[in-house]
Amino acid sequence: MDADNQPLNEQFVLLRHRQHLNISDLDIYRRLGGFDAFQKAITSMQPGDVTEIVKASGLRGRGGAGFPTGMKWAFIDYKNWPHFVVANADESEPGTFKDREIMEGNPFQFLEGVALCAYAIQSQVAYIYLRGEFWQLAAWLDRKIAEMEAAGLLGEGLFGTQYNLRIYTHLGAGAYICGEETAMLESLEGKLGQPRLRPPFPPSFGLFGKPTVVNNVETLTNVPLIVARGAEWYRSMGTEKSPGVKIFSLSGSIERSGNYELPLGTTFRELIYTHGGGIPGGRQVKAIMAAGASSALIVANDEALDTPMDYESVPRVGAQLGSASVIVIDDSVSIPWLINKTMHFFKHESCGKCTPCREGTYWMMHLTDRIAHGAATREDVELLRDVANQVKGKCLCALGDFSTEAVLTGIERFQADFELVVASPQAST
Amino acid sequence: MLAEKYAEEIQAILSKYPPEQRRAAVMPLIYLAQQDQMYVTKAAMQEIGDICGVSSTEVASIIGFYTLYYDQPGGAYRVQVCTDLPCALRGAEQFLDSLCGNLGIQVGEITPDGAVTVEAVMCLAACDKAPMFQVQSGQGLSYHENQTVEGALALVDDLRRRAPARRKDVYGR
Repeated sequence: MDADNQPLNEQFVLLRHRQHLNISDLDIYRRLGGFDAFQKAITSMQPGDVTEIVKASGLRGRGGAGFPTGMKWAFIDYKNWPHFVVANADESEPGTFKDREIMEGNPFQFLEGVALCAYAIQSQVAYIYLRGEFWQLAAWLDRKIAEMEAAGLLGEGLFGTQYNLRIYTHLGAGAYICGEETAMLESLEGKLGQPRLRPPFPPSFGLFGKPTVVNNVETLTNVPLIVARGAEWYRSMGTEKSPGVKIFSLSGSIERSGNYELPLGTTFRELIYTHGGGIPGGRQVKAIMAAGASSALIVANDEALDTPMDYESVPRVGAQLGSASVIVIDDSVSIPWLINKTMHFFKHESCGKCTPCREGTYWMMHLTDRIAHGAATREDVELLRDVANQVKGKCLCALGDFSTEAVLTGIERFQADFELVVASPQAST
Repeated sequence: MLAEKYAEEIQAILSKYPPEQRRAAVMPLIYLAQQDQMYVTKAAMQEIGDICGVSSTEVASIIGFYTLYYDQPGGAYRVQVCTDLPCALRGAEQFLDSLCGNLGIQVGEITPDGAVTVEAVMCLAACDKAPMFQVQSGQGLSYHENQTVEGALALVDDLRRRAPARRKDVYGR
């Protein structure tokens, strides 16, 4: 490695704006080596070589599913053209606010990631699908894209080659379900944001029916440095099966909420107590949701707190890492109140396409209303569990399953909270 | 008509998508139609449908599906407070109640001058900076984070001063 490849003084991989305050300035980004990877790829690498590096790095999708990124790119159907890239900037999971910070603070690294992905799958058009609430952010990215066009980093015949690329932003309009990749594609096509039956998956049948890679913002933002510094460098961080760094969005009952970029495999304890400063008011942590509102409720005992946050370890405490949106729940919070909150969310966001989710979220919301307001009997709790089990595993997309996670694990793991509510009609938060 | 007033904007929107995929322009065109009055009229739905090659019924269904589109007039500004779980853990519900109490309205209602609707909404990806809200108007959306009730009331006052005069028989309570 030469000196440029030795990132000794770099404190971050993704949140580099925290160190380089003006990295959203194109000149400064380029002075830090920005777009060197893109230029190198276009001028001296085959598209498949880019995919190979990403594969070798072990990068996994940061939107929640953790699917190997390079493998997804390799699934693109080369018999069907044109190809598209869609960056998923729909960020709507309660507790998740990382992609917004990346795009605000370090927009060019994200855009370079989009460009590298596009080159790797030989796509000449990429869309960034932002949730409608990111209106100002879309305007900001539009300005950054225009700067890239003016600098010859987007457009026709890039770096003297035959390769052309355009990137466009596209705003959603307030629908959580559009974070699901096939619902996002439907929405981008000007339809209701409702998931498609899969297979076929987007790499064979995606946007406008063409082969498409859909990747999360954080996933793509990793790519420029992986191409610049190599797969081995990336693998030197994190764990063997979950290499690299991850942005953990920390929220809820916590002293210092915010985004923390840490190696995968960092423990919950380190995130919550060392970085997050612990629980306010001298309270104890009672439960943890590792993947936002879609998360199973983890009982925050010592075993859980010492669990490494990576894709393999979190399931050992009965949950998923997902998008690593860590919501901390302190001991003043009533779990029946909490599941009532999440159920109102999922009922509101169910797209209505498939019956178990549409009907199930409706009934679960009403049952949790009754339970949270102290008007429930023991049978209502049983009925809630029963309805949740009829939703789980029976829906067209993951939203239905997500809606049952906190409900089922709440009832199972925090029984005492429910005893309290059914025993005393007054006990509700 | 949109086509006359926003000819340039419409062309810019259409140029983002393959010519044979004009339907993809439907969502940005709805935003465009919402710019003036913060809701989409029947005539605008028809026109968007004509531009995109879909029926006005389909345009209406898209407006109904997505929460940031409106087919009815509301306040000129919509103050939308996130009360989802992470924000609620940071006092967002009390914040919203207090804001509405001070304004003398219920959650979801419009101030008597027709200027501002205050609503509870789902997660806005700002969980670490609650209480927070967004302000939506025809011109777009802005985020307001780490808010106090006093600060929010001052902002609402400012919005009420800026709001175009409204006919009370239509917009007032």
